[in-house]
Amino acid sequence: MSTSRTAPPLRRSVAPLPTRRRPAEKGARGTWLRTVGWRHALVAVALVWALGPILFILFAALNPAGTLSSSSLVPRAASLVNFEELFTDPIRPFWRWYLNTLIIAGVATAGSLFIGACTAYAFTRFRFTGRRPALLFLLLIQMFPALLAFIAIYVTFIKIGEIFPQIGLNTAAGLIIVYLGGSMGSNIWLLKGYFDTVPRELDEAAKIDGASHAQIFFGMILRLAAPILATVATFSFVGFINEFMMAAIFLTDTGHKTLAVGLQATFANNNNEYSGQFAAGSILASLPVVVLYLALQRQIVGGPTAGSVKG
Amino acid sequence: MVAWVLVLVAVLIGAQAIRHLVEAGSWLGVTLVAAALLAVVAVYLTRRRVPMKYLLPGVLLLLALQIWPVAYTVSTAFTNLGDGHRVSQEEAIDLIIASSVREVPGQARYRLTVAVPEGADPLVGELAYLLRAPDGGLQVGDPDGLADLLPGEAAVDDTGRIATAEGYRVLTAQEVNARSQDLSEFVVPVSEGVSIKQAGLSEAYQGRTTVVYDAATDTLTDTETGTEYAVQGARYVATDGSGASFPQGWKDNVGLANFDRVASDSALRGGFVGILIWNIFFAVASVLTTFALGLLLALLLNDTRLRGQRLYRSLLILPYALPGFVTALVWASMYNQEFGLINNLTGLGTNWLGDPHLAKVAVLVTNLWLGFPYMFLVCTGALQSIPTDVREAALIDGASPWRTLRSVTLPLLLVSVGPLLIASFAFNFNNFGLIYLLTGGGPFSSADSSQGGTDLLITYAFRLAFGSRGADFGFASAISIFIFAIVALLSAGAFRKTAALEEIH
Repeated sequence: MSTSRTAPPLRRSVAPLPTRRRPAEKGARGTWLRTVGWRHALVAVALVWALGPILFILFAALNPAGTLSSSSLVPRAASLVNFEELFTDPIRPFWRWYLNTLIIAGVATAGSLFIGACTAYAFTRFRFTGRRPALLFLLLIQMFPALLAFIAIYVTFIKIGEIFPQIGLNTAAGLIIVYLGGSMGSNIWLLKGYFDTVPRELDEAAKIDGASHAQIFFGMILRLAAPILATVATFSFVGFINEFMMAAIFLTDTGHKTLAVGLQATFANNNNEYSGQFAAGSILASLPVVVLYLALQRQIVGGPTAGSVKG
Repeated sequence: MVAWVLVLVAVLIGAQAIRHLVEAGSWLGVTLVAAALLAVVAVYLTRRRVPMKYLLPGVLLLLALQIWPVAYTVSTAFTNLGDGHRVSQEEAIDLIIASSVREVPGQARYRLTVAVPEGADPLVGELAYLLRAPDGGLQVGDPDGLADLLPGEAAVDDTGRIATAEGYRVLTAQEVNARSQDLSEFVVPVSEGVSIKQAGLSEAYQGRTTVVYDAATDTLTDTETGTEYAVQGARYVATDGSGASFPQGWKDNVGLANFDRVASDSALRGGFVGILIWNIFFAVASVLTTFALGLLLALLLNDTRLRGQRLYRSLLILPYALPGFVTALVWASMYNQEFGLINNLTGLGTNWLGDPHLAKVAVLVTNLWLGFPYMFLVCTGALQSIPTDVREAALIDGASPWRTLRSVTLPLLLVSVGPLLIASFAFNFNNFGLIYLLTGGGPFSSADSSQGGTDLLITYAFRLAFGSRGADFGFASAISIFIFAIVALLSAGAFRKTAALEEIH
């Protein structure tokens, strides 16, 4: 975690081959096979493994029969009937679940990013008693996710709900608060590592110009740290969308469910019957995450290791 | 200026919360909220304690949602909290006596309307009975007793029930239905031993309680049968040896009994040890397989001469971009014995998730598919941050590519990837979502349906707490403490080896 660490490493650009081999050249094919050809072949195998199940979901979603028993890897017919059924199903409000998921994950991401950035700023720019043990403690607390104490959280929120029904069980607000509880432990090290790389001279210059610590933080540090904030936000957002256990404990009313809880309830017990609808729902549920990942691929490649690489 | 406004908002919200807490009589809550408010005022309205201004929100949440739950879990592990043991002994006695109300035959019934005080939430607010007595008098009853309603305060509809009452909100049939559990325990005391209780949706009767409590001997007596009940195992059990007991028990301290159960019950112990071993194996195997495949692919693609790298990478991380719950459920369907894709393609007809060994394989294969792209990303990033000159130096020194990989690239890679492998292990150790959605912890043997073939400790604890066999929070908390202890041991060992802790600026 030294101060010389730079931004997440850039992906090396895909350079064109230094010299284009002419097909007429003798042995060129053999060279190609030995240098990169076998790599293409192995990657092709990996792609079959990686994409097979995804194709399966696509075909199942487009399969008009809509049952698992009629699904196969090769599509026989295509239609959007599964999507229509999914959208019009009165007892499974898919778009409601979708909205719930985006709201919960969005608010929790924004909140935890803000709290995390504040915490990291305190650790990177201020020296105070107990700083070092506190940092170690935060590293330790990451190992104990809130879900280990699910019973205590459940019982506590029953009691809270009796007095404040707005944030009790079966509310998005309650679940968001639980998610925010972990925002201090997660990502602090990643954020702090990045903040450390913002030169202190900038702070001092701003201070001389009369900026307060809040102005330095909100006006300067947060802006300079935009790349790492984007990376952390992506990981948090995806994490909250994927979170199942706490959501299943909290959200039991159909109208309050998230996609994870709702689709699980639809599918787990009616494995065969609803597989078309489930596949259609899965594709739509995956879209925001897939788009995020592909858009931020460059940051993500460097992201997970960025905090741990010693520069 | 902004700070003052925000603090003012916080104080207003806090004051409102304290008002509610005082009404509910939760003095612990009042103390905690007041302390938090004081901290907010002390930190944000003074010029000192600048670092704390940035730390306080996180600290408060950390205390409320990480520290407190852990402490509460530990204390719960030494109790019998669970179904039938949720309330205090006093509350249990009140419940037993109240539910012993018997209708006196031949007496006319009241016409009943269920309501909550105006402004209260119909789903959780304190209930009240709006009653029209057999003689036509209008009354309102709550757990504190009966009070008369003046004729102008309430209106009666043509079925003879009160339709509206001043200061009360009448519940709809749906809302009444939603609160049937609360209503079955709801009693309006009239006088010593006489109470009014609900009979159906629109009627109530005045009856006599048949159970009396003797505080001196701490016993309950059923006055109808003369049976005496004494305390035994946090319940009142009949002393006549019939073994009869009241269903309402109370939360009690049971010492080490929950831990003792694992140690002394041999069937339970065997299953528990099995789950523990599989849990560790699952976490280790998941990390190793995903890392191996991810590294392999990263090395494969880490060649500048390879065209189409960008496209390959995008496609290879797709399994990771799919939400985990989707993956687990889709794979569950692919393993389906009758209709699943895998059996369709191979024609095997294997019951993948029905056999404990095959189910374990299935879980690991699924987790490999789910997890390898992450390791691929991590390894790609780490490989790219290794300077090319060290590899070139090795090459010039005459090292073979294999030798360079083994002696130069991999050690450098492990330095940066090591902590992430530990994190991945910790995550997989408690990978609740995958197991719960893929197998539900199963398959279960017909002999013992409490422990499944792919259960992790966390899914086992979850089933104990929320499973169909009824909640056993005390025992589930004890299992959670086992998980705490194991994770603590593992992370202590791991952190000792992590260089990251050596220098903190």
